Amino acid sequence: MSVVARAVRAGYGDGDVLRGVDLELRSGEVLGVIGPNGAGKSSLVRVFTRLLPLREGHVEVDGVPLARIARRSLARQVAVVPQSAELPSGFRVEELVAMGRAPHIGLLGAPTAADAEAVEAALRETDTERLRRRAASELSGGERQRVLLARALAQRPRYLLLDEPTNHLDLRYQLEVLAFLRREVARGVGAMVVLHDLNLAAGGCDRLAVLDRGRVAALGAPSDVLTAPLVSKVYGAEVEIHTLDARPLVVPRLPRG
Amino acid sequence: MDRADVRPLAGRRPAPAPLVVSVLALAAVMALAISVGSVPVPPAALMGGLVDGLRGHVHGTVDVIVWQLRLPRVVLAALVGAALSLAGAAFQGVFRNPLADPYLLGAASGAGFGAAAVLVFAGAVPWLARLGVPVAAFACAMATVAAVTLVARQGSHLPSVSLILSGVVVGSSLTAATSFLMLASRDRAAGILSWLLGSFAYASWGRLLPVAALLLPAALAILAAARALDVMQLGEESAAQLGVPIEAVKLGLLVAATLATAAAVSVAGVIGFVGLVVPHAVRLAFGAPHRRLLPLAAVWGALFMVLADLAARTVVAPAEVPVGVITALVGGPFFLALLRKQRT
Repeated sequence: MSVVARAVRAGYGDGDVLRGVDLELRSGEVLGVIGPNGAGKSSLVRVFTRLLPLREGHVEVDGVPLARIARRSLARQVAVVPQSAELPSGFRVEELVAMGRAPHIGLLGAPTAADAEAVEAALRETDTERLRRRAASELSGGERQRVLLARALAQRPRYLLLDEPTNHLDLRYQLEVLAFLRREVARGVGAMVVLHDLNLAAGGCDRLAVLDRGRVAALGAPSDVLTAPLVSKVYGAEVEIHTLDARPLVVPRLPRG
Repeated sequence: MDRADVRPLAGRRPAPAPLVVSVLALAAVMALAISVGSVPVPPAALMGGLVDGLRGHVHGTVDVIVWQLRLPRVVLAALVGAALSLAGAAFQGVFRNPLADPYLLGAASGAGFGAAAVLVFAGAVPWLARLGVPVAAFACAMATVAAVTLVARQGSHLPSVSLILSGVVVGSSLTAATSFLMLASRDRAAGILSWLLGSFAYASWGRLLPVAALLLPAALAILAAARALDVMQLGEESAAQLGVPIEAVKLGLLVAATLATAAAVSVAGVIGFVGLVVPHAVRLAFGAPHRRLLPLAAVWGALFMVLADLAARTVVAPAEVPVGVITALVGGPFFLALLRKQRT
């Protein structure tokens, strides 16, 4: 069971952002996607949810080509936790989380007991039960992120795609997001997470894919991928790689002076 | 699984209390509006008039006043208010902008131009006279929004920004054309202006039925889109990732809201502020989820319009103030107060 991308080329306007990406997201793993700004990380998320059309190549979800999956059916299999945590005002937390059930209920259907149960479970697992009656505008950044995680969980997806879920979050929430991902993949979900913090990626992901100018520059276990030459080349910044608890630790060389 | 477990979804049952109370308030205001006028109708006579009307035996002056003069007028005001408010709520939802109103895509300026053209040229062009103001206004409103949509369309996409911009541009052009018609035939200018400002003075059952027939399917379509509108508030990208067919929902809602707006404007003129202020106020008071917002917006739009029309025909009785003047005078300051409240 996996989401597979083969030789994917896609982009906006005249330019290609993804230029031949081969990648597989497997069930039960956290796949970290790292790389400099503009490398195509968010575009990859958009390709997997069919928001960005393929110009070349092939994507399939559990063996079915993406083009043959209806939008609503895709939303039952693949859930996205978006980058920006802007939430519309005037909705309570439980109402926002319940929106995750939209692909199951349909536009004209009525929610069933199963939908209510999925919402409750999502609130429980993200520890947002006590926020349920709060308005989105009253939430802190970390709480908003948890609501977005809960909404994605309410979709009961087989794959979770997270686009920089730890942006603007303090250390505790960053670790919380990773702990959340570990719990979900233990249940068989496949999670792809776009991260900027290399050490967070090294510590929380089973495999890392390094995107560089629209191509996968390296793919594998964090200790194999995060080498000083590769990171220095891809990011154009000098780093040292240390090892701590058998995990790579990336330390940037700060300019002296 | 008992009912309590289902309730947190909040999509399960529309909160009944606010809607029931609102409908009762609307009924009370409608009864008041039928009672008040140059000939006051006491409650017993009002009930008698309604019962006689329903049975089809309209006899006596009071029955005629209740059944043939005031009831159609009050019902038409309620329908038009509900239509504008519901269309406004739909537009605000589609464009994710609380400042959107039913006239955003040019329905009002189109209708105004159609009405002005008939009023100016009816003498010279017999088929325009036969067409009549309401049909011309309706057709021009629909044609204007269709043109705006075609101009804004990019392939199969309807980008919100292009829609709004082309709506503003086409709307301004048509408003300029209407102004020119008014200047060019000054003897008709007062008539055009009075139509533009809106009135329910010519209400009759005959005028009401076609409007109701257009409004009903449009209103049902908008109400059916409640869940899609909710999800669309997350942004079009997130909504698509939640399986909502964005372009289809958008187009469907634009057609339905435009139909409702055009039908309302064709019989009542261009009454402003109701479609902007009422949905906005209802959202602030009762929350943003559309299965609650949409029906409440319809009821409060109706209530507001019935009250506005009551004021329009009583404040300087026996003369009438255009109802659009009342809604703007009341709605403007009210809206400014809402804006200030929102900013704090």
